[in-house]
Amino acid sequence: MISFIIRRLLASIPTLLAVLTLVFLLVRVVPGDPAIAILGDRATPDALAALRAELGLDRWIGAQYVDFLGHALRGDLGTSMVTHRQVWAEIADALPHTIVLTLAAMVIGCLIGIPAGIWAALHRNGTIDVLIRLFSLLGLSFPVFVSGIFLLIVFALQLHLFPVIGNPRPGDWIDGLHKLVLPAITLGIVMAAYVVRVTRSSMLQVLGEDYIRTARAKGVPRRAIIWRHGFSNALIPVVTVVGLYVGILIGNSVLTEIVFNRPGLGKVIVSALTQRDYTMLQGMMVIYCFLIVVVNLITDLSYGLIDPRVKQ
Amino acid sequence: MTDVALSAPRSPWRVMAGRILTNPTTLAGVILCTIIVLGALLAPWLAPRDPLEQNIIDRLAGPGSEYLLGTDQFGRDVLSRLLWGARVSLLVSFLSIAGAIVIGGAIGMISAYVGGRFDLVTMQVMDVLLSFPSLILGMIMVALLGSSVTNLIIAIALTAIAPFARIARAPVLVLKERAFIEAGRALGFSHLRILLVHVLPNIVNDLLVMGTLWMATAVRTEASLSFIGLGVKPPTPTWGGMMRDGFENILDSAWLCIWPGLAILALVLGLNLVGDGLYDATDPKANAQ
Repeated sequence: MISFIIRRLLASIPTLLAVLTLVFLLVRVVPGDPAIAILGDRATPDALAALRAELGLDRWIGAQYVDFLGHALRGDLGTSMVTHRQVWAEIADALPHTIVLTLAAMVIGCLIGIPAGIWAALHRNGTIDVLIRLFSLLGLSFPVFVSGIFLLIVFALQLHLFPVIGNPRPGDWIDGLHKLVLPAITLGIVMAAYVVRVTRSSMLQVLGEDYIRTARAKGVPRRAIIWRHGFSNALIPVVTVVGLYVGILIGNSVLTEIVFNRPGLGKVIVSALTQRDYTMLQGMMVIYCFLIVVVNLITDLSYGLIDPRVKQ
Repeated sequence: MTDVALSAPRSPWRVMAGRILTNPTTLAGVILCTIIVLGALLAPWLAPRDPLEQNIIDRLAGPGSEYLLGTDQFGRDVLSRLLWGARVSLLVSFLSIAGAIVIGGAIGMISAYVGGRFDLVTMQVMDVLLSFPSLILGMIMVALLGSSVTNLIIAIALTAIAPFARIARAPVLVLKERAFIEAGRALGFSHLRILLVHVLPNIVNDLLVMGTLWMATAVRTEASLSFIGLGVKPPTPTWGGMMRDGFENILDSAWLCIWPGLAILALVLGLNLVGDGLYDATDPKANAQ
């Protein structure tokens, strides 16, 4: 297992290097002068030259790249052009909020999606199956900010069950949980929709296998057939989708954090975008990709735990 | 002896159209999309007022006989803005996905056809693009390029190029080993001719089906970017921008969020239904059952 982790980590290095290169190029290749974008059209040539020197933009692009790569590999993502704090420090403040939201959404998505998917597979083409598939398609079609605002209107403005603003009081766990419910459901609905689809199709495939028929013929209880023989073998595609979807969740958390006014990476990236904070943007892109590489690694490792055949 | 009546085989397109139109959910999707496309095309005639005309006296008026769906904070007619806003959503999503199909499809086809190290490196680059959350990549591209319809199209197209490259690559890897491609090479056809005349028609269905599903994603991305304030600049009506305006007035006039939200949902749902129907209609496994 340890050698697998090491091999998998080594395999992630080229991807991370390529990500860093792409991030570097994206910020520099697009038209326009970052110095003008930061200081505005009316800035004096001296001020522009000073900022270019400060950002290292007056140097040869190859030297800039080596410098950028060296700093990034040492974990130094630079200093924010606006707040003048370390990019790492800004991200470290916001990241736990986004991780909590993403994990809560993942749990909700699986708790709704997996049983609903199994239920739909067991009642194939029946009314329950059609309804579950319809709800899943509806869930897939809701942009996160639309479902978030609709939930706010119903549960916060009309029914007054939840607060309109989701910024939790520090140290107050109950308040934190209360304010997490609506944002987590908003994100979880879309995840549930994906999980339902893949669980249903994976279960249908497994339930059609010969060994399931053999188990039925031997008189194995229905519950054991569904969970032990069926679901445990249908789990790999579900885990793959959950892993893939975490990337989409991280992206969608930006919108959820804006709608519910929650702290997190979403707020940091939007303020970096509006204030043209290029170093912060670079750092955010690296962190987002790093998170996705880590999630992919965890997904790969979980295959070995679910299915003994993939341990090799 | 029995006479056997032989009928001419139906064309694959007619078979597919028949399958789509007999599937009620796909038909519902076709109807939803048709209504929205017609609404957008006929906006100049259907919209009761100018979408930019401000009537401050009537600001935040509720839905009623004078303003069917109410007015926004500047007293602009919501129904007229919805109809005109559909144009932006459809235009941006259609052109961005068309661009992604052409560029991504070409990258995937050429990469698989050439093979070897070229394929390895190209797909590595595509994997890196795929590792960015598409919304974040779109946000950053629009912020770097500046917000305009063209830049929005470029940014959304960029987020969809890698998936189309992957979709195009897989079948070409199998196709390039087939006898008819080898025959083309033996006859001295150019690589371009082989790719365009003999390979492309075999993968175009897959690309178009995925294109419909990705158009739904593009509509969502465009609306999300406009909601964040990175989309088309005001006062041009966009559904995401209308949601943003409505969100700022959510305590007084929640309906301002509801109408554009339902419009986005209807278009995305319609495209997903059509995409699913097309996918089933072209899936040989589903058709065999």
